[in-house]
Amino acid sequence: METVAEWFLWLKEAHGIKLTIFYDELDRTRFLKGVWTTIHLSFVCVLASIVIGIAGAWLQMSPLVWVRRIMSGYIAFFRNTPPLVQLYFFYFAVDSALSGLFGIRGGIMSSYGWAVMALSFFAGAFNTEIFRAGIEAVPKSTTEAAQALGYSRFQIFRYITFPLAYRVCLPALNNNLINLVKTTTVAYAIAVPETLYISNQIWSDEYNVPEMMNVVWVVYIVLVGVLVWLMHRWEKAIRVPGFGQ
Amino acid sequence: MTDTWTPDQPIVSIKDVHKSFGDLEVLKGVSFDVMKGEVICIIGPSGSGKSTLIRCINALNDIQSGSITVEGLEVNTPNLDKLALRKKVGMVFQQYNLFPHKTAIENVMMAPLLVLKQSPEEVEARARSLIRKVRLEGKENAYPGELSGGQQQRVAIARSLAMNPDVMLFDEVTAALDPETVKEVLVTIKDLAAEGMTCMLVTHEMGFAKEIGDHIYFTDRGVIVEHGPPATFFKKASDPRTREFLSQIL
Amino acid sequence: MKPVLDSNNTDLPVMMPFRPGAATWDARDWAGLATSRRFGLALALVLISWILIDSAAAQMVSTQGQTVWQTLVKWTPLMMFGPEGEFGGFVLNIVVSFIAMALGTFMGLWLGLGQVSPNRFISRGSWAITQLFRNSPWLVLLFYFMLLLPFFIRIGDTRIEVSGWAKATFALSLPIMANVSEIVRGSIASIPTGQWDSAESLAFTRTQTMWRIILPQCIKRMIPPWMNWYCILTMSTPLISILGVNDGMRLTQDALAAEGRSEYLIPMYLWLMSWFFIYSYPIAMLTRKLENRFAVNQ
Repeated sequence: METVAEWFLWLKEAHGIKLTIFYDELDRTRFLKGVWTTIHLSFVCVLASIVIGIAGAWLQMSPLVWVRRIMSGYIAFFRNTPPLVQLYFFYFAVDSALSGLFGIRGGIMSSYGWAVMALSFFAGAFNTEIFRAGIEAVPKSTTEAAQALGYSRFQIFRYITFPLAYRVCLPALNNNLINLVKTTTVAYAIAVPETLYISNQIWSDEYNVPEMMNVVWVVYIVLVGVLVWLMHRWEKAIRVPGFGQ
Repeated sequence: MTDTWTPDQPIVSIKDVHKSFGDLEVLKGVSFDVMKGEVICIIGPSGSGKSTLIRCINALNDIQSGSITVEGLEVNTPNLDKLALRKKVGMVFQQYNLFPHKTAIENVMMAPLLVLKQSPEEVEARARSLIRKVRLEGKENAYPGELSGGQQQRVAIARSLAMNPDVMLFDEVTAALDPETVKEVLVTIKDLAAEGMTCMLVTHEMGFAKEIGDHIYFTDRGVIVEHGPPATFFKKASDPRTREFLSQIL
Repeated sequence: MKPVLDSNNTDLPVMMPFRPGAATWDARDWAGLATSRRFGLALALVLISWILIDSAAAQMVSTQGQTVWQTLVKWTPLMMFGPEGEFGGFVLNIVVSFIAMALGTFMGLWLGLGQVSPNRFISRGSWAITQLFRNSPWLVLLFYFMLLLPFFIRIGDTRIEVSGWAKATFALSLPIMANVSEIVRGSIASIPTGQWDSAESLAFTRTQTMWRIILPQCIKRMIPPWMNWYCILTMSTPLISILGVNDGMRLTQDALAAEGRSEYLIPMYLWLMSWFFIYSYPIAMLTRKLENRFAVNQ
């Protein structure tokens, strides 16, 4: 590690390229913390949005008309309004209103919490559509055949519908989750200490904007690239020949 | 036409052709000659390599070794003049492959206009006469989606004829059609043959092969097992594989 | 007595004589409207917004005698069009979306064609560029290009200022370019190989085949995903507010800061969001319709 630090110091002396995160203790620490925040923010949002998506898909198939209408409304709202505005709406407007309502000072949740809330509901709206499409893609005749064989409703869902539906969903779902990871950068706007935000602090302190911008870009390319690769491997591994694509 | 070829030589000459897809060898040394004006039919079980062979003649697939000459033009060379080859050879496919965004007559006119760069009036006149020839008069402005399978296949034949080829290749052209429409396509091909066009057909229609074929070739697993004129081939096939195949079909 | 089907005695519409202009809105039509998905949705949205705005207004202790509605109306010109003498606001968001989409589509078309090129160098290079910009977060791209592109361009003796929103538009056109490239590549791949075979048999060159036979068939299939990306782009334009451009989002925040009352937070944000919604929802519906129409014809 020492030689790495030395080489980057040399780079600064010789070419004026200031990659402080490699040789400065403080910068390196806070940068790595920022990357870690991005990673676990993405992780939490992905999980939460999947749960919301499943719940939403189930609700959308409810026999009650008004439940379905409210779900349609939720999906239409989150898909047709900007995620950044949704985030501000939650963090500033909703937080303030709820705090006022319950008399809590200083906000109900941290910026991280509201970011998770806003991003999960945003991605959850898309996931609901994706899961619904997946379930509908299982031909009715297949489930009827299962019924004729005596499967119970739950067994049909577990052994027939779910395995087939999830293979249909997976490409679209993966796409959405990758987009979610990219969208976590909007949390910058409400001062969540993720990669972009921390990098901004670093370049304000060290005056090394081009260097840090390149580092940030590379870090995100690598993070997203690894995720894309993993998703592809997963899709390939579960592929059933002749079904779907 | 190349200078070296004369009509007393075979118009299509296939010599010891080997073709593999990766590790799988599909053609294992196929040789035969076709004379001008001959109608030859290639029959055999699926996977025997007959479609591949036809596609190799038209340079849609390359071959690993051997030689294919069309009117003296060698197909198996790296600098093949594809335009020259495709002017000599016309091909009709099992799936018709008409251009769905163009009408029937536009399909027929496109290649002579854009490739041969002939004048629009000439091209249109010839296209209309070809459409009449395949008995689709009145359907010039129909889109492929509005035509039946048999009609589409006849447009495909007219489209290939518009390039004025000397050899026509037919790759199982009736395999995707209903039995009622098969007849209309076969009649069209029969007329072509009667006019003296050299035709090479890959087909399952044994009755048709018997009727118009001058020579029948039976392929199995990449080689020509047996061949002969229809009279002797269908009645007196000698090889057991041929006999087994024919007994299943006839 | 045998029952007679006559036109005075039936509720079957086809039996009734046609009377032009006599169409009345009856119970069946109300039922149709009530179960219409779109109407229900719009109604739900209006109701929700109304409830929220009313509750916000109800809590308000007005010092200037200004209702919420009046506040919204007061700030609308700023939020919509930008400050006096400057170009900004929601209209700027829309303009940015148009230009970025046009630029990105143009570049993406060529990049997509590059991806299917038989030249290995071009195809690998195009693939790499596509992947690079597909996998980059849009905000990172905005930061990158807005901070690192020059603020002035010197041509000869004149200094041309490169405005913030122009740089932002360029930055946003890049992910669009990458996604259009993928759409183009995907739709070319979805054309059956038989089309390539028959074109080759007719001695068309690769260029002729691509432009006259393959691409015309691709256009229909490209339109729904392309429109979808336009919606996503429009929803991303508020990101430029983070970098100081005076778009609708920034001006909304300025207006809220000027008013200084927390009661206006929800209504103002909802007001801005409703503009995006009204702009985007019809486009999304049209995209869905086109998707269905093109899928059926496949």
